[in-house]
Amino acid sequence: MKGFRKVGLALVVLLILAAQAASAAPVTITYWQYFYQSKVDLVDELIKQFEAKNPDIKVDHVTFPYESYNQKVAASIPAGEGPDVINLYSGWLPMYVKANYIQQLPQADFSDAYMKSTYFPFVMDAVKFGGKLYAAPTAVRTLALIWNKKLFREAGLDPEKPPKTLDELAAFARRLSKYDAQGNLIQAGLAMQPNGQGHSWLRDVLFRQFGGAPYDTTGRRVAYDSAQGVAALQWYMDRIQKDKVGYPNFMTDDVTAFKAQKSAMTIDGSFRIGTFKALPDLDWGVTELPSHNGIQSNFASFWTHAIVTGVKGKELEASIKFLKFITSAEAMEMWLAKVGELPANPKIAEAHKNDQYVNAFMKGLAYAHSTIFVDEAGQRTVFVDMIDEVNLKGTKVDVALRAAAAKEQKILDDFWK
Amino acid sequence: MTLAKKKAMTAYLFLAIPLVFFLGVRFGPMSYAMVRSTTDWSLLRNTNEFLALENFKAVLGDPVFMKALVNTIHYAILGAPLVIILSLAIALLLNRITMGRSFFRLVYILPYITPIVAVSWVWRWMYQSPPLGIINALFSALGLPAMDFLLSPDQALHSILAVNVWVEIGYCVTIFLAGIQTIPMDCIEAARIDGANGRQVLFKIVLPLLMPITLFLAIMQGIQFLRIFTPVYNMSTQGMGGPLDSTKSAALYIYQTAFTKFELGRAAAASLFLFALIMTVTLIQLKLFDKKATNGEVA
Repeated sequence: MKGFRKVGLALVVLLILAAQAASAAPVTITYWQYFYQSKVDLVDELIKQFEAKNPDIKVDHVTFPYESYNQKVAASIPAGEGPDVINLYSGWLPMYVKANYIQQLPQADFSDAYMKSTYFPFVMDAVKFGGKLYAAPTAVRTLALIWNKKLFREAGLDPEKPPKTLDELAAFARRLSKYDAQGNLIQAGLAMQPNGQGHSWLRDVLFRQFGGAPYDTTGRRVAYDSAQGVAALQWYMDRIQKDKVGYPNFMTDDVTAFKAQKSAMTIDGSFRIGTFKALPDLDWGVTELPSHNGIQSNFASFWTHAIVTGVKGKELEASIKFLKFITSAEAMEMWLAKVGELPANPKIAEAHKNDQYVNAFMKGLAYAHSTIFVDEAGQRTVFVDMIDEVNLKGTKVDVALRAAAAKEQKILDDFWK
Repeated sequence: MTLAKKKAMTAYLFLAIPLVFFLGVRFGPMSYAMVRSTTDWSLLRNTNEFLALENFKAVLGDPVFMKALVNTIHYAILGAPLVIILSLAIALLLNRITMGRSFFRLVYILPYITPIVAVSWVWRWMYQSPPLGIINALFSALGLPAMDFLLSPDQALHSILAVNVWVEIGYCVTIFLAGIQTIPMDCIEAARIDGANGRQVLFKIVLPLLMPITLFLAIMQGIQFLRIFTPVYNMSTQGMGGPLDSTKSAALYIYQTAFTKFELGRAAAASLFLFALIMTVTLIQLKLFDKKATNGEVA
């Protein structure tokens, strides 16, 4: 009997010790993002620094391929098996909020005043939904015109003087295009890739430059079904059909064509800086998007971090700390150095305006717009199909534009109903 | 218990294992999909409302689904007969030659044993417009105009179809060859002695005797083309089944509805339509060929 009592006592002591150990054990939170090598390496490094500062918190970093990211999210979060902190595209935020994936950020840590003093104005519009704040980004991206200096020289153009207006852009593109004996395009003057950044260039830049707007002020009604919209789309289609300076999927896509030096100019985002810098043979420059009618416009977007629904208690505290850390000034600096994306804080971005690559993208931020997508993939497809309708089926520009506007309006209505 | 009964029991026991597997992995999810096709099941909502036939109506009212259905039938009606006719012809030719027989067999089976994703991407590159694609480079060298292939809404479906036919031929040739070799030579020799010419031997003896194999391959190929997904997904830009939905198959439509739009209830409804289509086509084929297979029996 005595032996049993001793064992019992030992067990009790063990239990107490275990309970104490558990209360002192570090909290583990999980961070999810899609796989993009430079971002993965960077976040690994940030986590190391964060854990050194907060020994009681451990962060698990999990990544998925971009293509299946939303599938993973949709399958895991409702089942309560998802992450604590999650990285998402700004255009997905309405969908994430509506699906109840992410929770409102606490006012105490992310007040309106804090957000206003920390971020570019357009960021605020995109991270709020129904008046509530849901996410905070580290870096933002804009569009710029990227050109190949070697191909400019070959065409007898000054390699240091990129086009400044849409008219110049069209003229330059015509000079830079090359054809074979059968008249096939073998070098594109300007990449025309609507399923890349092309649809955003048309939506948030060209429509405005021709005097229209993509949406009304609420963002819930399509507004490009207008004479100005038709003029903008006509200009875009003329480059493909009349001037034949490029067409969708030339050399498979715009990035491949530019990398292979088969496309002299392209419109792409700041995240491409890293991609093109890695190619030593490529002599390229980057400048602001061409203006038209004296109007400048740009499209800004970003990947942002949010806290998942259902995270509470110690995990929530740890998640807030982590969120604060990865959106801090240091993190923004590292993000710019490692990934090439612009700091989401205007003051920090300002300090880098002497970097020629950063500068062109930064200038765009001053007049950038940010479409709030409700179904980013669906809305992109509407534009891709609209351009294909005109280009491949000979549909009239105004007819195709009206049909696209109706289709996109239906997507918006279905979401907001 | 008699010995026969015991034997039967043992057989049942062994059959039970795959049956459990079949019920769990096939029938379970299938019946679940059937039930959920009547609900607003979505990964974006936390609801589970009964919608009766709403999803079926929505799918039928979706012009993209109709287009995908027409495309799917287009793939099957052209693809399956093409594969059967071509592979039968190739098998008959292969059966005649003696030199380099195994080499030719290997050549024909190679596309089939290559992963279809790799095949699709290689062809996608070959189909590219100038200055990239090898086929258009050939056209250009011959002074012919370039073809749009995958970029054209009129040519893309047939470009993908051709690749899938090329792949499937490898499998069918192998099966046909095996079938041809089981035809008893004395049948053919007897016919020859009776004065039958080559054509008569082919149409009166060889083809009728190959009927069961043809039936099997026709059904399998019919199903294969009705379910076509991988080549379409990999050969169209961003896996969209474009340009302008011209190559989208029903299977790709279901995939997109379920995993990019997350409308699982609607996708389940669409998959039931595809299921019904495959079932109907298979039953028709069985009926049609079964008659021929028995009628065509060599006396």
